[in-house]
Amino acid sequence: MEGFAALYIFMLAAFAGYEVISRVPVILHTPLMSGSNFVHGVVLIGAMVALGHADPEDPMQLVIGFFAVFLGAANAAGGYIVTERMLAMFKSGGRKEGDAK
Amino acid sequence: MSSNWFVSMAYFVAAVVFILGLKAMSSPVTARRGIVWAGFAMVGATVVTFFMPGLHNVGLIVTAIVLGGGVAWWSGKTVKMTDMPQMVAIYNGMGGGAAAAIAAVELVRGAPHDGITATLMALGAIIGAVAFSGSCVAFAKLQGIMKKAIRLKAQNNVNFFLALATFGVGLTVSYSSQASGFEVFLFFALALALGTVLVMPIGGADMPVVISLLNAFTGLAVGFEGFVLGNPALIVAGIVVGASGTLLTQLMAKAMNRPIKNIIFTPLTGAAAEGEGGAIEGSMKEFSALDAASVMRYASKVIIVPGYGMAVAGAQHKVWEMAQLLEEGGVEVVFAIHPVAGRMPGHMNVLLAEAGVPYDKIFDLEEINADFPQADVALVIGANDVVNPVARTDKTSPIYGMPILNVDMAQNVIVVKRGKGAGYSGIENALFYKDNCRMLYGSAQQAIGEVITHVKALEA
Repeated sequence: MEGFAALYIFMLAAFAGYEVISRVPVILHTPLMSGSNFVHGVVLIGAMVALGHADPEDPMQLVIGFFAVFLGAANAAGGYIVTERMLAMFKSGGRKEGDAK
Repeated sequence: MSSNWFVSMAYFVAAVVFILGLKAMSSPVTARRGIVWAGFAMVGATVVTFFMPGLHNVGLIVTAIVLGGGVAWWSGKTVKMTDMPQMVAIYNGMGGGAAAAIAAVELVRGAPHDGITATLMALGAIIGAVAFSGSCVAFAKLQGIMKKAIRLKAQNNVNFFLALATFGVGLTVSYSSQASGFEVFLFFALALALGTVLVMPIGGADMPVVISLLNAFTGLAVGFEGFVLGNPALIVAGIVVGASGTLLTQLMAKAMNRPIKNIIFTPLTGAAAEGEGGAIEGSMKEFSALDAASVMRYASKVIIVPGYGMAVAGAQHKVWEMAQLLEEGGVEVVFAIHPVAGRMPGHMNVLLAEAGVPYDKIFDLEEINADFPQADVALVIGANDVVNPVARTDKTSPIYGMPILNVDMAQNVIVVKRGKGAGYSGIENALFYKDNCRMLYGSAQQAIGEVITHVKALEA
């Protein structure tokens, strides 16, 4: 990718991240940390690409690549389930249990 | 070519949905929807990656996903809500480890990279490895495997030279396209050691901020490795998390009045706190469960301040049961939560939500602090440092300046506490010696249980 185009993407993404979070109530800080933890689980895709392009003849590359995909998958799956469990519990007093969405 | 277009398009959509999902997560009403959207985007992006042209080792990839995903899914499903912070820490560490491992594969492959790419690859590898080992240490601390904060002599010098060595070796390795296996190994060993040494001396109340900081680190590492791989979805998702994580870390550090650089370079430890602070006058006055029950039953407003001690005792269900009983008797009951109650900001809200407390009965520090003088009773359960008035009054105290809940301004304060010892940080609490404060000793579970019995008896 063009170096400068990537620099612009970095800059815009940083602003987006900052803006998206800036209006979050304290009660959601933990689920949000966990949720953003899930989002960087997208590293799984990078790990898949890295392992997918590793030389099948070189066990070193395969082992490290396997490790990368394993960790990435754990990050994504764990991040999702923990966040979902937390958010499923939030409900307001004005509504009945079960219809908090 | 067409399948490449398809894959790129899918990544683009995933990146958009991740941002929308995070946005939805910023309101309690839409939060659940947000994570589900992001989940679909993740599954979609993962599936289309298999259609990427020239992808080998598919069997290995599937095996690794099933194993890693399976283990994490199972552990995430079964973990108790009180142990949530260390799970977030460890999953985050795994993401950092994955980013570092991607760099390792690239380095071992020895493909030539231009200057910018090599630099970002090395940075991503260092940050990812630091997040990995740092999160493992954080996990060990929160899980109670590692009890003490270990501080080396000349800690800051060690940090500095280790960081310097790591960057030096890292940049050398990534600029040369012919790095030997040993050099790569040395690089990662140094980076992992750096993460361990950085987090090792940090203890106690500073842990949530560290976890959040490491979360932001992993985001950055993922973004940088995304650049190396030429994958915009990784760049966008990684940098968005890096930026939002940094902001979240600042918010938390601000809530504790502990600048981030102090947390890392001059950790708050029990040893530092000993002997500091003026002597506290007065004595602790004990209260029985019956006394506590009658004071609260005939109050018009009770503010409950839950702390981590309550959550450890698993008493949140009992506390909510008691609150409901009092409400039936016409007492107004609300919960006040300090930003760092629990082990992460908002952790206590999650624990109360689990017990069924509606979120509109839970108030932040800023919302509730003005209400304490009008409250008849402030009931403190398992919280300590966050209600310690020396933070307002005693300049020599290590926690001076930290915003606290002003429970000492309530008419009556009842503190439920296991024993007479000092809190998590080892700092003596002046609140316990105040004239309007009464101590109700016992585990939260058992003490509140007795209060409930007495409240019921008063009702009859």
